[in-house]
Amino acid sequence: MTDNSSQAVGTTPPPGGSPVRPPAKVVKLRHPWRTVFAIVLLLIVALFVIDAAQRTAYDWPAVGKYLFDRRISEAAVFTLLLTVISMVIAIILGVVLAVMRQSENPVVKSVAWVYLWIFRGTPVYVQLVFWGLIAIIYQSIDLGIPFTDPWVSIPTTTALNAFWIAVIGLSLNEAAYMAEIVRAGLLSVDPGQNEAATALGMSWGKTMRRVVLPQAMRVIIPPTGNEVISMLKTTSLVSAVPFTLELYSRSRDISVEIFNPIPLLIVASLWYLAVTSVLMVGQYFLEKRYARGVGVRPDRPTGTVPTAAVPAVDLDLEAEADPGSMRHGGDAR
Amino acid sequence: MTDHETSADHAANGADTTPMVLAEAVSKSFGSNEVLKDISLEVRRGEVLCLVGPSGSGKSTFLRCINHLERVSSGRLSVDGQLVGYRDGGDKIYEMHPKDAAKQRRDIGMVFQRFNLFPHMTALENVMEAPVQVKGVPRAQAKARAHELLARVGLADRSDYYPAHLSGGQQQRVAIARALAMDPKLMLFDEPTSALDPELVGEVLDVMKNLAASGMTMIVVTHEMGFAREVADTLVFMDGGVVVETGDPREVLANPQRERTKAFLSKVL
Repeated sequence: MTDNSSQAVGTTPPPGGSPVRPPAKVVKLRHPWRTVFAIVLLLIVALFVIDAAQRTAYDWPAVGKYLFDRRISEAAVFTLLLTVISMVIAIILGVVLAVMRQSENPVVKSVAWVYLWIFRGTPVYVQLVFWGLIAIIYQSIDLGIPFTDPWVSIPTTTALNAFWIAVIGLSLNEAAYMAEIVRAGLLSVDPGQNEAATALGMSWGKTMRRVVLPQAMRVIIPPTGNEVISMLKTTSLVSAVPFTLELYSRSRDISVEIFNPIPLLIVASLWYLAVTSVLMVGQYFLEKRYARGVGVRPDRPTGTVPTAAVPAVDLDLEAEADPGSMRHGGDAR
Repeated sequence: MTDHETSADHAANGADTTPMVLAEAVSKSFGSNEVLKDISLEVRRGEVLCLVGPSGSGKSTFLRCINHLERVSSGRLSVDGQLVGYRDGGDKIYEMHPKDAAKQRRDIGMVFQRFNLFPHMTALENVMEAPVQVKGVPRAQAKARAHELLARVGLADRSDYYPAHLSGGQQQRVAIARALAMDPKLMLFDEPTSALDPELVGEVLDVMKNLAASGMTMIVVTHEMGFAREVADTLVFMDGGVVVETGDPREVLANPQRERTKAFLSKVL
């Protein structure tokens, strides 16, 4: 029964063996409990929804009324702005810090390390409160030679409003985390890549920009997407600055007006969820972009050809006198 | 090989007689481990030199010192009459800024054991990258030249493939085309066929043979004795960081003079 796959079904039995049987159908393993479990879950959810719809404490009419309230949608825009601007600054600063940590220069390396130590080692809420008090600590921003009269002096409160203080607080904190993510990405790139680029005469900066960073991106993007979503939610802490035009502070303000915090919490949550969903779609496309040339993604056709389909080398220079002697060398190992 | 010309002689002799590579008492240590001990050798223009020896003999390290991927600990290594990565200061040599060393490497092509193609670029983009980014060649011109080079290594129809979709032999041929795109005057091969399936070795050696026939100066670290016998002008056998034996590959392989060489060759041939 070992080698009858090439024979037609039901024809000559193998010599001296048992008669050939038709090919067996494969029955997949069934999972009836999965279905049962899903139905039970659906029932529980349905019960919860029906119950929630009837509870007055949720105040659904208020949810509907404020979901597209102008103040709320404006607040969502502020939240998104805070997230995007802070993340952009944090990513740029994070790349710089990560590269600094990889530097051969011990001074540069230590600066990056101290930065990380401070900004990762203290809570972001504490940092935001500190930034909020910056105008009290440093009443003016002076440009000039220390201990002489400054050339330019701007009162801190005019130079920085609460929005930008919030951005500074969020981005400087986030940069410390981004630096570690970027560093992990840089370390994930095969050192041979750096060598190949160097051997081609590329400078260190070009090597980083053209060869190492694009490959590191594949490792950097998924945790960065995570950080963006995390940042979106951290913006709710900027009331510590205090900056109060973002989503959470705004919904709190409105709930004080209507003496019911619950519907506005639902409104804010729905908006956070909506923005997160949009960001996740963006992440999917970024990941696809940087997966170019690497491995196989099950959701994408690869276009791979089997090696055998590739024609043998055919160089149009003079015919090889004796390819056999070279093959011999290869075999000799 | 042992009597070196001084750098003053090079200037007097003119460009054509300057050796392409000149190593003068090159030593290299990693910490207390001395991997190269007083290596002196000379590679003429158009010469193909094969470096063979057991692993750990220092042959790859020596190759990497030639284009300054590794620093030498002492001695001078010059390519085309110029120190690589260092500035001559009489009895001392001074390390260059990496930017200046990068400029010198443009003229020295290198092919690695593990190909080291850029995986996020197609074969064509791999070949175009350095001319465009380093030399500032216009894209259209670099592209035409890259197509030409890929055709030369037999991969004209694979230019839009990413390295992951090419076989090892094809990847190594793209890597050779990538190095040639910089119009190097010297090509370094660091065990170019050691990571390949046996059936793919031949296609890479064919490309290298043609390159040698076109007059390229080549230093090849290899275990392919058949290739050395057929293509090399000089065979250098290294062991323990020193050059044990040098000579015509056919003679050295057929009739090694040193015991160490005999012992090594008896195992690999």
